[in-house]
Amino acid sequence: MSDTTSPKMPVANSFNIGAFITKHATLVALFGLIAFNMAFTNHFLSMQTLNVNLTQVATIVIVGVGMTLVIATGGIDLSVGSMMAISGAIAPLIFLGTAVKISEIHLAVAVGMIVAVVAAGAFGWFNGWLITRFRIQPIIATLVLFIAGRGIAQVSTNGNLQPFKLAQFQWIGLGRWFGIPVQVVIMVALVAIAAWILRRSLFGRQILAIGGNENAARLSGIPVARVKRWVYCISGLCSGIAGLVVIAINSSSDANLVGLGMELDAIAAVAVGGTLLSGGRATVTGTLIGALIIQLVRYTLLANGVNDDVAKLVKAALIVLAVWLQRHGRS
Amino acid sequence: MKKTSLLALLSSQGVLIALALLILFGWLRYDNFLGLFNISTVLRYNSMFALVALGMCFVIMTGGIDLSVGSTAALGSVVSALLSPYGMLVGTLGGVAAGLCIGILNGVVIVRLRILPFIATLATMLAANGTALLLAQDQTVSVSYDGTFINLGQGDFYNIPIPALIAVVAYLIGSLVLNFTSTGRTVLAIGGNEDASRLMGLPVNRVKFLVYALSGGLAGLAGVILASQFGAGQPIEGVGWELFAIASVVVGGTLLTGGVGSVGATLAGVMLLGLIFNVLNFENGLGWISLSAYWQSVIRGLFLLAVVILQSRLATKESTA
Repeated sequence: MSDTTSPKMPVANSFNIGAFITKHATLVALFGLIAFNMAFTNHFLSMQTLNVNLTQVATIVIVGVGMTLVIATGGIDLSVGSMMAISGAIAPLIFLGTAVKISEIHLAVAVGMIVAVVAAGAFGWFNGWLITRFRIQPIIATLVLFIAGRGIAQVSTNGNLQPFKLAQFQWIGLGRWFGIPVQVVIMVALVAIAAWILRRSLFGRQILAIGGNENAARLSGIPVARVKRWVYCISGLCSGIAGLVVIAINSSSDANLVGLGMELDAIAAVAVGGTLLSGGRATVTGTLIGALIIQLVRYTLLANGVNDDVAKLVKAALIVLAVWLQRHGRS
Repeated sequence: MKKTSLLALLSSQGVLIALALLILFGWLRYDNFLGLFNISTVLRYNSMFALVALGMCFVIMTGGIDLSVGSTAALGSVVSALLSPYGMLVGTLGGVAAGLCIGILNGVVIVRLRILPFIATLATMLAANGTALLLAQDQTVSVSYDGTFINLGQGDFYNIPIPALIAVVAYLIGSLVLNFTSTGRTVLAIGGNEDASRLMGLPVNRVKFLVYALSGGLAGLAGVILASQFGAGQPIEGVGWELFAIASVVVGGTLLTGGVGSVGATLAGVMLLGLIFNVLNFENGLGWISLSAYWQSVIRGLFLLAVVILQSRLATKESTA
């Protein structure tokens, strides 16, 4: 993992194949999967396969970036799926003119997208506020919004499907820049920014310090509450963007379904990617690789005629195996 | 000092007070709120959640979490529906055994492989979901109406719904085990401080294993009731049950860090969250306002919010007092 960052990482004295494989297990597994597919899956090496897999994985990674930062502080965010639903409900309310009428369509789309993402960010901030102001455990604090958030999205749309066909908006899920799907570009950009933040910025070091030892971080003068609120806010913003991508792909917004179960997909990607779930050590590129591995395993099984239900069993085993290997590799 | 003790009372008995107030409100405001039909419908439906929440309560008291209960219940419902032609006993035992298998798997992964409960049960949630869909061939499995299987979910015993009876018995046993057996005290000790419990020679691993097996078995039983009550094994039911159960446990005052908990208050938590939906239905029936069913999750969320904020205020009061 290129951006594995830990304050107390042991320095390797000599090169060792075994250590290299355990340390880069996720990367090795990814290349192993690709090699397997090149050998056994027909038409694997095509632009189409690449695009299909990247498109499907993009929303999970976008949410996973925020989730990685949250988990790096030792927290968790269960409300990401609900925040996706909120953002996915708000944007069409604005650009379809249900809530407010804006005659210029480009302006309406821009306002809709910004308001939706900012609203999701505000809900994320609310999570952080609950956690820091009342010292509520993250899993419970975000459970509040997990339950209420989807309700808010459903209430604001009356539970109705909002269908649309609007090129000015749907570029975010269906468009391409230089042949690359737009959401893949967004995904890569977010991963790059977050990886840079974790490795190079003061904010990133503060996040890891809090995850490593919160009390020590507080005593050494790190503004723990502020950093945490920002981290949950970022998770909300990422979820908001992912919500827009999902409704753009579907050409409709269904508050009952947008982002359903996303929290678990994102957490699985983070865990398989090698981020420590207790906090203090995090890798955003790992999360990207983790999500790609989970996606590619599923694709491999489906492409070779295995039932999707069996693929779920394999995914479950994969999560346990990956986390167990990482434990083993460290001790 | 007086204010603190009032807060303490509110926190220890808060869920009971809130439940009593909600029932009083419903009784005064709606005609048939305490009628036999409504009571029996509410009890019949919520007994499934009560069983799941009981298992969750034990898991949380050890400081763990079980995310797999929802899909385990779905698996239990599918297995029992498939076995329902062989009678009530076989159907029930099959469903419970399926849940027990998932619970045992959780226990092994958490205790032997020492993987965080959150991740371990996340994985088994997927596994149970996949297995349920495989067994059901991606469809709902209708139960056999020839035998006695449907009586379990739809029948009454002296006007009391049978699922409610099962839940009450389970809670009585749970309460006895927690308060009067060494296993029950070990559960709380583990949640209080796992390392200290281990050093004291308590059978930490065995009790943790038992707790997850119990949670799986109870989820399986909830699945059996689901199948028998609605006449079908439903492989995709149970989404979000785990979080509803966690919310009930927390509303009941059990701390998520473990070490503190009450089985009875958990039952009150389940009833409270369940009755919110019921009150909403009655309110709509009056015709003054029209709140869609979607409001129930908003209101439940707000309720959870109020409870956790109250709990945290109390905890800071106690630590400064």
